Amino acid sequence: MTDSLQEAPGPYFGEFGGRFVPEALMAALDELTDAYDKARIDPEFTGELERLAREYTGRPSIVTEVPRFAAHCGGARVLLKREDLNHTGSHKINNVLGQALLTKRLGKSRVIAETGAGQHGVATATAAALMGLDCVIYMGEEDTERQSLNVARMRLLGAEVIPVATGTRTLRDAINEAFRDWVANVETTNYVFGTAAGPHPFPAMVRDFQRVISVEARAQMLELGGLPDAVLACVGGGSNAIGSFDAFLDDEGVRLIGCEAAGDGVETGRHAATLTGGRPGILHGSMSYILQDEDGQTQPSHSISAGLDYPGVGPEHTWLSSIGRAEYWPVTDAEAMEAFRLLTRTEGILPAIESAHALAGAIRLGRELGPEATLLVTLSGRGDKDVEQAARWFAMLPEGDE
Amino acid sequence: MSALTDRLDACRAEGRAALVGYLPVGYPEVETSIAAMRVLVEAGCDIVEVGPPYSDPVLDGPVIQHAAARALEGGVTVDDAFVAVRAVAEAGAVPVVMSYANLMLQRGWTRFAADLKAAGGAGVITPDLTPDAAPEWVAAAREVGVDTIFLVAPSTTRERMQLTCDASTGFVYATPLMGVTGERTSVGDAAQRVVAGARDAGAERVCIGVGVSTGEQAAEIAGFADGVIVGTAFVRALGDEGDLERLRAKVAELAAGVRSAR
Repeated sequence: MTDSLQEAPGPYFGEFGGRFVPEALMAALDELTDAYDKARIDPEFTGELERLAREYTGRPSIVTEVPRFAAHCGGARVLLKREDLNHTGSHKINNVLGQALLTKRLGKSRVIAETGAGQHGVATATAAALMGLDCVIYMGEEDTERQSLNVARMRLLGAEVIPVATGTRTLRDAINEAFRDWVANVETTNYVFGTAAGPHPFPAMVRDFQRVISVEARAQMLELGGLPDAVLACVGGGSNAIGSFDAFLDDEGVRLIGCEAAGDGVETGRHAATLTGGRPGILHGSMSYILQDEDGQTQPSHSISAGLDYPGVGPEHTWLSSIGRAEYWPVTDAEAMEAFRLLTRTEGILPAIESAHALAGAIRLGRELGPEATLLVTLSGRGDKDVEQAARWFAMLPEGDE
Repeated sequence: MSALTDRLDACRAEGRAALVGYLPVGYPEVETSIAAMRVLVEAGCDIVEVGPPYSDPVLDGPVIQHAAARALEGGVTVDDAFVAVRAVAEAGAVPVVMSYANLMLQRGWTRFAADLKAAGGAGVITPDLTPDAAPEWVAAAREVGVDTIFLVAPSTTRERMQLTCDASTGFVYATPLMGVTGERTSVGDAAQRVVAGARDAGAERVCIGVGVSTGEQAAEIAGFADGVIVGTAFVRALGDEGDLERLRAKVAELAAGVRSAR
């Protein structure tokens, strides 16, 4: 077991990770780490989390084979891990229920969270409603405009949504504002971080809460005939991807492929493909790859997908990339939207635009490997929130609606 | 001993606290920001904190965020911060830099320390870098004789207070209230507590930052701290139009404040 890559504990993954935060947050991060270390081996905590997964989220999520879509993937066998079918519509609920339970163990009554596409915000607002916690969600103003439906969902659930008008008005600025809130209110407030990035313990803890994706999927694949040749997932901060990879890390024959948002194309500079186009640096509390200029100023990222529109990436992904265990592929807006259209039209499954990046990776890999290959793709979320944006992309809105 | 401790000790010998003024370089543009730092010195700041603007300033409130964003839009670089440091030294105050970690990492810990030393800077305040997170920085700074100034907060545990005070040279930067930079109406009791905690951990010089905006508050804090750090109130006085005279008046008010205590 000592050689296993699974469940790496942090704070460092190779030379990446750590904790680069104001001193004011150190005590809270220590307290959170300590509470989590105890909770993860406490049957009462793990039992309650399993019960919620089963009775509230609807786990285990199914695996769906998609032959009509696979015909566009070089004839490879393609299976989808259906996180889109979870309560609230994405993988985010897996992590949020764990962190909300931890909040109660810490004796805190208020949660804050950042959100990009709104999926993590909706999941957090949901868990807060379920557990009777006050909830404030920070969301970049640009994202509140392109994901207005999710803003309404969060408000219906009782959360206060604060649009962040500073900087690039996207996910990165929402995280800055959530950190500022946490510094000021750390005694009453727990920060429910949405992705496998940020300061220790978040990268390892979020990975652990999302690990259920690959634990289930691995068993489901074995039942269906064997391990896949590759697992593909989209990567923004990287929580669904790390959760999709972890249980497969020691299976040497399984390729792990993270699909980053390449926006208009990495060569245009308008993209969010951090591992493809970035370099090492410190952002939002950890050492990882970031998109930055020569001085170290974070560069704006660009993606059609609000959930992947982030100039950083979780440190464990950077480590897996550096040791060659996982590959990270750039996928453009156009490739992702073509995959979105194909899955919808061939299988009647409307994916989140985020997840469509992983589907585009499967199209590319399937064509490379051919009919002998089996590909497992994590469908991290459903596309209901993206209908308006997709309709605009494909010019399907009634005339005069623009 | 260093330029910083010498200056703080000289103020103490005068029976007063030091006034430490912060301004971001490049706001409203580079030339005016450097002129503004000279005004800080002329109007009574003993120590000037030069802030290279950073794109993601998680420990700053709206006023300094706005100034940093404006400076970055104007094309300010980290190099400009070292030009400002030299100007402050020539004007006769002790210059320090307050920098977020990634700007230091990208320049290289060693080169950042060396460049600061060459420009006449005395130390670096690191808002998002604690001593346990950055042994490389501490080593690089010690090598060239640049002070490492770390922050302590009301939430700092006794163990971390010890660690932080042990690793700090020049002074310990105490933030009395939980929160980001910005003005506060009252800073008294919490400030006394965090200063007492730092002194118990052996800190010989403790300056108070975050929230001080009036001469009255400065006088109150000067009663128990070695220095009063003012940022937001000065940035606000300078403003988008770069009003050096309004800034000069604000600095004079705070400078009178630190001299009226005790």
